[in-house]
Amino acid sequence: MEEILEHYTTTKLEDVQVWFKAASVKDFPKDGGACVKYKEKQIAVFNFARLNKWYACQNVCPHKMEMVLSRGMIGDDKGMPKVACPLHKKTFSLENGENLNGDLEAIATYPVKIEGENVYIGFLE
Amino acid sequence: MKTIIVVGNGMVGYKFCEKFVANDASKDFKIIVFGEEPRPAYDRVHLSEYFENKDAKALEMAPSSWYEENGIKLITEARVTDISRNTKTITTANDDKYAYDYIVLATGSSAFVPPIKGIEKEGVFVYRTIEDLDATMNYVAKLKSEGTQKRAAILGGGLLGLEAAKALIDMGLETAVVEFAPRLMPRQLNGDASKSLQTKLEALGIEILLSKATQQLTGNDAITGMQFSEEETVPFDMLLVSAGIRPRDELAKTCNLEIGTRGGILVSNDMRTSDPNIFAIGECALLNSMIYGLVAPGYDMAEVAVAQILGNSEASMPTEIDMSTKLKLSGIDVASFGDALNENGGVEIVYENGYEGIYKSIIVDKEGKSLLGGIMVGDASDYSMLHQIFLNGMKIPEDPAQLILPATDGAASLGDVMDLPGEAQVCSCESVTKGQICGVIESGEAKDLADVVSCTKAGTGCGGCKPMVADLTTATLKSLGIEVKDTVCEHFDFNRQDLYKIIEVKGYTTFNEVLDNHGNGGHGCELCKPLVASLMATIHADTANKEYAIQDSNDRFLANIQRNGTYSVVPRVPGGEITPDKLIALGEIAKKYDLYTKITGGVRIDLFGATLNQLPLIWKELIAHGFESGHAYGKSLRTVKTCVGSTWCRYGMDESVSFGIELENRYRGIRAPHKIKGGVSGCIRECAEARGKDFGLIAVEGGWNLYVGGNGGANPRHAELFAEQIDNKTVIKYLDRYLMFYMRTAKPLQRTAAWQERLEGGLEYLKEVIIEDKLGIAEDLEAEMQTLVNKFECEWTQAVNDPEVMKRFNHFVNSEEEDDNIVFVPLREQKMPEPWV
Ligand SMILES: Cc1cc2nc3c(=O)[nH]c(=O)nc-3n(C[C@H](O)[C@H](O)[C@H](O)COP(=O)(O)OP(=O)(O)OC[C@H]3O[C@@H](n4cnc5c(N)ncnc54)[C@H](O)[C@@H]3O)c2cc1C
Ligand code: SF4
Ligand code: SF4
Ligand code: FES
Repeated sequence: MEEILEHYTTTKLEDVQVWFKAASVKDFPKDGGACVKYKEKQIAVFNFARLNKWYACQNVCPHKMEMVLSRGMIGDDKGMPKVACPLHKKTFSLENGENLNGDLEAIATYPVKIEGENVYIGFLE
Repeated sequence: MKTIIVVGNGMVGYKFCEKFVANDASKDFKIIVFGEEPRPAYDRVHLSEYFENKDAKALEMAPSSWYEENGIKLITEARVTDISRNTKTITTANDDKYAYDYIVLATGSSAFVPPIKGIEKEGVFVYRTIEDLDATMNYVAKLKSEGTQKRAAILGGGLLGLEAAKALIDMGLETAVVEFAPRLMPRQLNGDASKSLQTKLEALGIEILLSKATQQLTGNDAITGMQFSEEETVPFDMLLVSAGIRPRDELAKTCNLEIGTRGGILVSNDMRTSDPNIFAIGECALLNSMIYGLVAPGYDMAEVAVAQILGNSEASMPTEIDMSTKLKLSGIDVASFGDALNENGGVEIVYENGYEGIYKSIIVDKEGKSLLGGIMVGDASDYSMLHQIFLNGMKIPEDPAQLILPATDGAASLGDVMDLPGEAQVCSCESVTKGQICGVIESGEAKDLADVVSCTKAGTGCGGCKPMVADLTTATLKSLGIEVKDTVCEHFDFNRQDLYKIIEVKGYTTFNEVLDNHGNGGHGCELCKPLVASLMATIHADTANKEYAIQDSNDRFLANIQRNGTYSVVPRVPGGEITPDKLIALGEIAKKYDLYTKITGGVRIDLFGATLNQLPLIWKELIAHGFESGHAYGKSLRTVKTCVGSTWCRYGMDESVSFGIELENRYRGIRAPHKIKGGVSGCIRECAEARGKDFGLIAVEGGWNLYVGGNGGANPRHAELFAEQIDNKTVIKYLDRYLMFYMRTAKPLQRTAAWQERLEGGLEYLKEVIIEDKLGIAEDLEAEMQTLVNKFECEWTQAVNDPEVMKRFNHFVNSEEEDDNIVFVPLREQKMPEPWV
């Protein structure tokens, strides 16, 4: 199961090689998320409307390796934007992927940009 | 105006400044602080946190602006190199000269590096400053980039060494602790306790090498190993030395102040050195022939020096100083206090549980009257209380063993925090007594824990006393009759009941309105969002479709999320009555979508394994066959379980099924603090197990007996008799009021049983409110419930009829495909999700 995680590595803005046009802004709920498919990857994308920011991370929860994070609620932990896994409520920073309420592996995060009506996610390849 | 020069801007030097400027008399003095390090003083005690977050700012005792605001001149990166007592001047490394009236030496100590052959090799580090940590981390990164598994050694198995070991293993190195003594933490623990600790550390993967005298380090430029004897050389790629501290007395030597034979600036109890105008405090000071390597005594010394300079010649340090310590390793509890090693002939009592890895010992005096010291490994949860008992010479139980034996059910072996004497020092780092903590609450200055911490500074040092400060705060507030705020989460200063009122009165309809107007400036979380959603549902009779992004996953997708991220589908079967046709329809739908099928504990039929994309398709078919949502996913009414009652049963006293269906249909869909279940039995044989439900009815001669507040689950409870021999109409009246009152006042996720139990006044009070209408709200409660009943809408019917809502059920926003990560395996004649590893 662990090999799933190998598909996901945190991508920094400056390292982006491919900007993938995922969907339109209105396909995502305000202050919530939805899942985007890119090649073999599942990416959870969140429209953090309260911060006027977008975040993307792996959809798989490192706790039990289920593809569920996009269905989690978002919010903040002392100012750190986070997502809570719907299965056991493990929470992860959307900024750096860290598990905020446990010692799980950090999740991979990806840059998002909005151009016009479209949501793009940045990948290494 | 007199000038005080503080040499050293470490923890104690800073504390001196803080205490000094807090005193009004400080206006007549000018303070100049010299710090050799490149930044203002930081919290060395929590230095290891820097390994995790690399956030130097977070460790600062105070920002540099603080010094300015308080009229203190702070000069960093400036080492004082010379003191001239004749001219009363000091000289810095840059050759700048400054005149002084008083000097406070707070030069601290440096890591002791034993003169082992080869110790100067590359890859050898100490653990004292942020710069040390930077250097260590850089080296670790360099080692790791070489690709092979690398090994680190820690020289010294004391408090610090173990902390360092944990940090290095967390960085992914194979880590070994090398200790000269035959046991770990030799100064704080006895042999058995050390063994216990060793087992714990080894379980974390840390290797422990005891009784090792290092002969030399091997390697050309960089270290490659440690040689312990002619035969034994162990390979290592780096070494962190943590073999003790040496007081920094070199500056004091330049002006011939008296120095101890083994180092340290000699001071008397008033913290003055051999020159009455020069003080020494903190880890550089030799007091009672001791260097105190802990921050708490250093802070006390700072306080004494402040008082002395301001003219209080009485201020002095005690001759006995508490050296109790608690190790702050995540996951490992270790603490010792007092005469832990029993060096003064006390009686030792030991509790050891090898199975759970717990070792505790206490030392009591021969008469068994007072506690002299103790050690705990594996479970230090009672440390604060035992430490207080020790410090304050409090009475101990007749059988002192009670202090360390695991508490048997209900029997609190330790005293209550409120029994501590007022002068008991709760926070030793900041010298805060119980009296001070209770005082700021009693005076109204502090209203909660955060206030107490900011008013008294308790808990801001090593943090070990925090649990006790919290307990004291709660107990004091309670003794004052002040309700302890049970806020819902960090985003609101309100509890559920407050929010209920706010939303009701202000008529808010969105989460953002509530958060923006009454929140703490944050953005919500998984605690407050579903809570507000539930309140909106109760107050405005909304369904979960209204603002779906604030719903818990189950409510967002109107189904119960299961182990592998698929969902289960439970249509409502009121009272458990179902026609054969409907049963067949369920079977056919389950077959078509290949769903695992099972009867639930609430006698309904549960269809498992539906993917997100399948949910609306399945529901469309169910609705076409006359089903509706069963709300099995919501914090709402689940089922009203019934027996067949008088319609079939030869004992039946009343129509339990008919009444059960009526009740289930009445309360379906309403959202509550937690799930609600009901039961109706046709006679006292109680085949429907109604007394195990939130509300239960049993038919008796002359009507129904109504029971409330029962549940199964983790803490099973029988519902309590609430009213006897009442007719159907009265049952509904009472239930409307009861449920609505519960929905208004319970805490989040509190079942009726727990709510009822904690209601002040208990069941009697509840009867007064519900039956006698003591609060005059009964009519409102009924009206509110009636509105909810009238406005009921099946949310699945809503969903399948709204194309916008249907979009929610695609696994991907940009593809019709399903989640290819879901794997099912066969189970008997059906299927199940692949087990978790
Ligand atoms: C990793 C670690 C963990 C610790 N954990 C705990 C714990 O859990 N509990 C506990 O009680 N204690 C703990 N300690 C010990 C605690 O940090 C010290 O007791 C405390 O820092 C002592 O404060 P100080 O001001 O005396 O010395 P320091 O904090 O060492 O400050 C002295 C400062 O003076 C500067 N200086 C020295 N000479 C000169 C000069 N000539 N001119 C200018 N500046 C000079 C130094 O550079 C230094 O910045 C820990 C220490 C470390 C390193
Ligand atoms: S509870 Fe009484 S009425 Fe109901 S099935 Fe049992 S025996 Fe019959
Ligand atoms: S008892 Fe536990 S395992 Fe069984 S359904 Fe309930 S929560 Fe799941
Ligand atoms: S699977 Fe995400 S928290 Fe358990």
